[in-house]
Amino acid sequence: MPSYKLNINDKDYTVDVDETMPVLWVIRDFVGLTGTKFGCGIAQCGACTIHLDGTPTRSCSIPVSAVADRKIRTIEGVSENVDHAVQKAWIELQVPQCGYCQSGQIMSAVALLEKNPKPTDADIDGAMQGNLCRCGTYQRIRKAIHRASELI
Amino acid sequence: MQQLSGLGRRKFLQLAGLTGTGFFLGLNTGCKGSPEVAAVSDPGKLFEITPYINIESNGVITIFNTKPEVGQGTFQSVPALIAEELEVSLDHVNIRQTGGESRFGESQGVGGSSSVRGEYFTLRKVGATAREMLTTAAAVQWKVPVEECYAENAFIIHKPSGKKLSYGELADAASKLTPPKEPKLKDPKDFKILGKSGGRPDVPLKSSGKALFGIDVTVPGMMYASIERSPVIGSKLKKFDDAEARKTKGVIDVLLCERLVGIWRHDGVAVIADNYWAALQGRKKLKADWDHQGREKLNSKDYEAGLRKLASKKGITDHNSGSFEQEYNNAHQKLEALYETPLVSHSPIEPMNCVARWNSPEEVEIWTSTQIPGDLVKTVAKENNIPEANVKLHTMFNGGGFGRRLITDYVHDVVALAKKTGKPIKAIWTREDDTKLGPFRPMTYSAMKAGFNAAGEPVALEHKVISPSIDAGLYPGFDPKKVDKTMMEATAEQKYEIPNLHTSFVYSPLEIPLLYWRAVTSTTLAFSHECFLDEMAYTAKKDPMEFRLGLAKKGTSLEKILTKLKEVSAWDEPLPAGHGRGVAQYEFFAGHCGYVVEVSKKDKGIQLEKIFAVIDMGTVVNPDTVKAQVEGAAVMALTAAIKGGITFENGQTVQSNFHDNPLVRINEMPDVSVTILADGGEVIKGAGEPGLPPFAPALCNAVFAATGTRIRRLPFDINNVG
Ligand code: FES
Ligand code: FES
Repeated sequence: MPSYKLNINDKDYTVDVDETMPVLWVIRDFVGLTGTKFGCGIAQCGACTIHLDGTPTRSCSIPVSAVADRKIRTIEGVSENVDHAVQKAWIELQVPQCGYCQSGQIMSAVALLEKNPKPTDADIDGAMQGNLCRCGTYQRIRKAIHRASELI
Repeated sequence: MQQLSGLGRRKFLQLAGLTGTGFFLGLNTGCKGSPEVAAVSDPGKLFEITPYINIESNGVITIFNTKPEVGQGTFQSVPALIAEELEVSLDHVNIRQTGGESRFGESQGVGGSSSVRGEYFTLRKVGATAREMLTTAAAVQWKVPVEECYAENAFIIHKPSGKKLSYGELADAASKLTPPKEPKLKDPKDFKILGKSGGRPDVPLKSSGKALFGIDVTVPGMMYASIERSPVIGSKLKKFDDAEARKTKGVIDVLLCERLVGIWRHDGVAVIADNYWAALQGRKKLKADWDHQGREKLNSKDYEAGLRKLASKKGITDHNSGSFEQEYNNAHQKLEALYETPLVSHSPIEPMNCVARWNSPEEVEIWTSTQIPGDLVKTVAKENNIPEANVKLHTMFNGGGFGRRLITDYVHDVVALAKKTGKPIKAIWTREDDTKLGPFRPMTYSAMKAGFNAAGEPVALEHKVISPSIDAGLYPGFDPKKVDKTMMEATAEQKYEIPNLHTSFVYSPLEIPLLYWRAVTSTTLAFSHECFLDEMAYTAKKDPMEFRLGLAKKGTSLEKILTKLKEVSAWDEPLPAGHGRGVAQYEFFAGHCGYVVEVSKKDKGIQLEKIFAVIDMGTVVNPDTVKAQVEGAAVMALTAAIKGGITFENGQTVQSNFHDNPLVRINEMPDVSVTILADGGEVIKGAGEPGLPPFAPALCNAVFAATGTRIRRLPFDINNVG
């Protein structure tokens, strides 16, 4: 089994896994960070969104062999104390319902605001389209991203 | 739940003994903004004031939440009922989820928007009982009249002297007292938590990846399973070849198992591996041969044609007031229409999963997301022939329920596999499993008829439902000669004054797993009922809002909702050319909501412009949660109205994942403006479901207003409405 060195949330990990294993399962089952979720496995739902060198990426659809030596950020790396502007806005506007999609939503929102600190509704709809929410929290997501943009 | 049995029994419980390994939904919100899943502490002495409230001598208070959190807010709204009367802030208590333990009674399930409706007084009484016991304990200690003492912020205070004792200091003495029979409930005007939009304690956990769902559970020595089942649901396994599967790196075993779903047991082949990815790879290499026994003949096109044919058959009468037959035959003007809806999936984003471990040949421990902890414990005990007390369940946060987790088909096979292997097993369904294997919300077809008198007033209405049955596949002994009440849901309960009303049922068997879906059959029947009412309004040459208001019984919530909708949507204001508004409402067991939807023509299709919802709650516990529930219900209803639905070809589910069974995305959904009607008083209605049923008909009525196209079949293509 090949050995891979991963950098997740600024920490180095070495894992011995099959080269085809999606990063999602490496993060969840081998590194033990469970904030990143499985929803579809085919890059349709966004529940597994991580940042790869700062770009939001569906971790279910990228093999571990493609991410060695690149910087991975997961929901656990967004802040120590749940105090990133996006998280504060999420709490203030009580965005999550079941909460299962929300790690992915937050990762997409954080990436959007890093690129575009003052997004319009259309920018938000564009950047957040890849993240499904079966509970239907979309309108609060829109509001919370605007709020986070004020808080930054 | 109703009885407060066991009250006053003094217990010394080791917290660790209560919670096993600490995989519970405990959290410590003592320090706001930095929630932590609580570590199991060693509190020393713990006093049970009632089964729902534990107070430690150091002052730590734990409230047990009996209602699984599926996103509907019970992790706040249910403990809030206790905390309000107990006079403690929710910020200073631990909340722990129960796992179907018998001491918490029967009603630990969530469905039917029933959590707050069902427990509003019972759980307030629990809190009030504990408050009175703590107050008495203080009065006894101080040797003062109890009337001179009151509770505030987890202290009992002696008013004349200002002396204080904390709940922690009083817990021991209080737990020895006999509970009062009729504790006094607080006057709602003194409420500090109820009726206010308090923050939900699970929200910070869910904004940081720290909330633990069933899928997140890991136990030492655990192995992973992925289970192959027939692509034609329910076929028998003839033979299989697992040679290649077993050669896959990481695969440990291949074992047979059964999915217990309703009255059926479906064969499965489980690939067990030391990691989940390996189990999936091994599963792909399985070669299984299935005996379909005729199930491969199921085709949606044929089945739907059958439903259409049955529409002309006489149904079994469900409701009959006045004399529909006669009045319809004599009617001056008649209207008829057939409405059609699809099968749909529940599709919670957290796929089905379960972790099971046998601690001894007689005791099993289970970690899973479920809507029904009590029933889960019972069925696992029965299936394995062990006492219920030996099923230790950890009810995790549910990554969506919507009805899907009202059955435990994803639990039993994992329990059996854990027994066979002697190892803890975690099984996770793939999205393809979830989409293909059901259970599904059944379709209903509605044959509608209306008759008008010479004055153009509606005098006769018939709603005939043609459908399969959920219950037929869930429970043994279904009688096809009787009306299936679930499939008729509330068709005769709308408060329109139409003197002759007939509703009836025609059964069409469909042998695939079907299940309750958020708002159940009202989600399809409201579409037919409220769109047909719109057709009736146009036939009577009336404005659809005025037509409804004219028929609404005075003083009903129907009248209140319509009146409010008219106001908030500015119904009487003219719209720009190409725009149209639609109205609809539906009252059913879970509650009552109505919508006005505004759309505009866009290319060949339509665009959603504005959505107004009015929900009647009676008394409301957390207004912000109610709003969130309606906002979300509208999204789910839009998906069901305009996205694909589930179909079958040659016995196989055509759809497999979100690319061909899509959900509405953020860019497709405008904001919903929600107005809550809350008159107070003793009537409490549900919040989780009522926002679903009236959405699709309001939308389709708006489409008609804007385009003149009457939609009688869901789903419809919003980008091409002809
Ligand atoms: S699990 Fe990766 S996008 Fe759905
Ligand atoms: S909050 Fe439940 S899926 Fe988004």
